[in-house]
Amino acid sequence: MTEQEVVALINSSLAEEFELELEDMDADADIFDDFGLDSLDIVDMVIVLESAFKFKIREEQAIRKIRKLGEIHTFVLGKLNETEQAS
Amino acid sequence: MQMRRVVVTGIGAVSPFGCGFERLTEGLLTGRSAVTYCSALESVGGLRSQIAALVPTLDAKAIPRKFRRSMSAMSIYATLAGQEALTHARLDAAACQDGRTGVVIGSTVGSTLTTEEFFIDYLADHSLERMKSTLFFHIMNHSCASNVAQALDIRGRLLAPSAACSTGCQAIGYGFEMIAFGKQDRMLCGGADEFHPLTVATFDVMHAASINFNATPTRTPRPFDRDRDGVVCAAGSGILLLEELELAKARGANILAEIVGFATLTDSSNIANPNPAAMTECMRLALADAGLEAAAVDYVNAHATATEQGDIAEAQAIHELFGARVPVSSFKGHMGHAMAASGSLELAGAVGAMQRGLIAPTLNLEHIDPACAQLDHVRQPRETQVNLMVKNNFALGGVNSSIVLRRYPA
Repeated sequence: MTEQEVVALINSSLAEEFELELEDMDADADIFDDFGLDSLDIVDMVIVLESAFKFKIREEQAIRKIRKLGEIHTFVLGKLNETEQAS
Repeated sequence: MQMRRVVVTGIGAVSPFGCGFERLTEGLLTGRSAVTYCSALESVGGLRSQIAALVPTLDAKAIPRKFRRSMSAMSIYATLAGQEALTHARLDAAACQDGRTGVVIGSTVGSTLTTEEFFIDYLADHSLERMKSTLFFHIMNHSCASNVAQALDIRGRLLAPSAACSTGCQAIGYGFEMIAFGKQDRMLCGGADEFHPLTVATFDVMHAASINFNATPTRTPRPFDRDRDGVVCAAGSGILLLEELELAKARGANILAEIVGFATLTDSSNIANPNPAAMTECMRLALADAGLEAAAVDYVNAHATATEQGDIAEAQAIHELFGARVPVSSFKGHMGHAMAASGSLELAGAVGAMQRGLIAPTLNLEHIDPACAQLDHVRQPRETQVNLMVKNNFALGGVNSSIVLRRYPA
């Protein structure tokens, strides 16, 4: 999966789960202030990402610090790279 | 102790006739049936009843996702009906935030569909890793009440009675008492339930579901009829806004009716089979609560699910108290049995008919069962002014409930 495809899959998965518009999925968007997500939604965001990319991230401390959509992109790309190198 | 008077100032409904109090009333008064063949029931092995009265497709997205994410269908119905009740009452939302407005809305159980979906996933590998954060809010017993309070920003008391088919009637009664005792000024009251094949199965395993009209669904259920064969399950929500009379008058509210009495009692003779003496006692207590005699009543809206035991027992109970003098009808023939929502939906429909100077009839009552024949059964919309009505709901588990409602001004 290319970086572009990964970003597209993250955006489409989150847009579907949280009823967001794809055109609003800007990397600079604040997922709390701009998308209106809260702590319950972050739990579900993890489940959505785990399902889309078939990895386990619920224990990752880095997720707790994420605020921007772009940080989710970076986190997922890093996690996929990590998994690829390990295998 | 001086009790405060309690009036109905807003009504909302999501019923098998669609969204809205007007649709409910029109459906009842034009003699329509909302019962249809339900293909979802084909997939359940051994289930003989294949009909239901379902809520037509509605726009759930009218409720923001922040609130909707914790809602199953029953909470969506209750929220839409609750919003309509407030709008109908022309009550500013800000008036509900001072802790003097509460919510009392119940369902039979939490969402069966969400529970089923969870266990289908969970039983595959006994993993919780795919469990969504909002699951509990769908299946908790006070799901409807909490979700309505959250969505409508209501901050007073919250209560979620769960008394099967008596739930909606009890909710209105408990709301009435809270206002009468001065504990709250306004209460959003009612019941809600969503459709699931297991609800139909619950009745079918007790041989209490309609099974003979799968090919002609609009001909059943048949309350008080010789050819009745049981319950038809339905879904929906009826919500009434109750207010203390003087507050309602002070804000210029349009008063639809007055709640004057309520009683609920437990029939401990059998968990499933109704006892006419307990039903009579329930109606008698409700009238005593209102300080009125049976002679003052001019309409009874019966529970009458179209089961043999229920209909005959209720007919006997009504006759015991009122004789043959009082017009009686049931709305189950129009829209089936919406379980926890039935009491409040039916009371809403009865108020709608009362406002038009009509009594809505019992649909599908073609050949009155001789065992139920001692009553004045209403079979066509009847033009008459109803000043005082009794509304009955009787539930499995022995939970009987009756409300006494008066036209306003009396």
